[in-house]
Amino acid sequence: MRSEDGGKPDAAVVRDALGVGVAVGLSGFAFGVTSAGSGLTLLQTCALSLLVFTGASQFALVGALAGGGNPFTAAAGAFFLGVRNAFYGLRLSQLLALPRAVRPFAAQWVIDETTAVALAQPTRRSVRIGFTVTGLTLYVLWNLTTLLGALGADAIGDTDAWGLDAAGPAVFLALLAPMIKTTMERVVAGLAVVLGLGLLPVLPAGVPVLVAALAAPAVLWAEGRRRARIGPDEDDDTVGEER
Amino acid sequence: MNIWIAIGLTAVGCYAVKLIGLLIPAGLLERPLVQRLAALLPVALLAALTAQQTFADGHVLVLDAKAAGLAAAGVALLLRAPFLLVVAAAVLVTAGVRAMTG
Repeated sequence: MRSEDGGKPDAAVVRDALGVGVAVGLSGFAFGVTSAGSGLTLLQTCALSLLVFTGASQFALVGALAGGGNPFTAAAGAFFLGVRNAFYGLRLSQLLALPRAVRPFAAQWVIDETTAVALAQPTRRSVRIGFTVTGLTLYVLWNLTTLLGALGADAIGDTDAWGLDAAGPAVFLALLAPMIKTTMERVVAGLAVVLGLGLLPVLPAGVPVLVAALAAPAVLWAEGRRRARIGPDEDDDTVGEER
Repeated sequence: MNIWIAIGLTAVGCYAVKLIGLLIPAGLLERPLVQRLAALLPVALLAALTAQQTFADGHVLVLDAKAAGLAAAGVALLLRAPFLLVVAAAVLVTAGVRAMTG
């Protein structure tokens, strides 16, 4: 079962991918409940999970609609949150090296979780297995549990009382943890948190996260300046990429 | 009808950005700076999302049971717990703190 190029065994990749796919897939339940509680119909709730399939955007959209936002601002906020998937796609297209004809089909699965699993893999074979298994499990389960959540929303009552609203951030934290190994990655994460929280009270929904994304180019730029100043020969610091 | 408009716009927009990422020519990505940026952007976005979903209620910053839940998730991660257990820890601790504090 070991892949031919000496990477990690296929079974281990599948196990990791299933772990993420199942855990996050089950959290579609929280979305179904939240969406139905925000006044969306069963069909609307399920359409979101089938067609949008990027959790943060879905939560943002139903939140904005419930708060009385007009459809265009609500969609804009959700869209801004979805823009990060373009950057994931940039990275994944290198790692997956998919034929062009397959890309439109793979695109719907380009989300936080599939990216995180794929990025953690050492070889192209395991990247592809990780992406596909995570994408398939997550898509099927997310849609099934969305349906169940929407159907059961009335029976559950207050989802917050069950702590279900903590599932989202815990998922993001678990995805983030393996990505922050170097000083530079930690600085980027820290700056993004400050920007994301600091701008939240003053900017429209969805925009602070996009501004927080600027932490990445900002830190890269500052690092470039620092290296230029001290000169490349004296710089034996290990800040930077490990992958 | 308004809700369907919002759903349609979001679905088209979100699919389009996913596809754009995959379709951008590889040549553009061979530059080291672009590669490092593409690796660091998810870090920034996930960090900001984690913080917002934990400490934000609309446009207001709050400190509630979710913070305790997230701390529990952090401890579970440090102990190298599996993914599902990390999420379960956050949910259970959050629900527990809410049950105790009313």
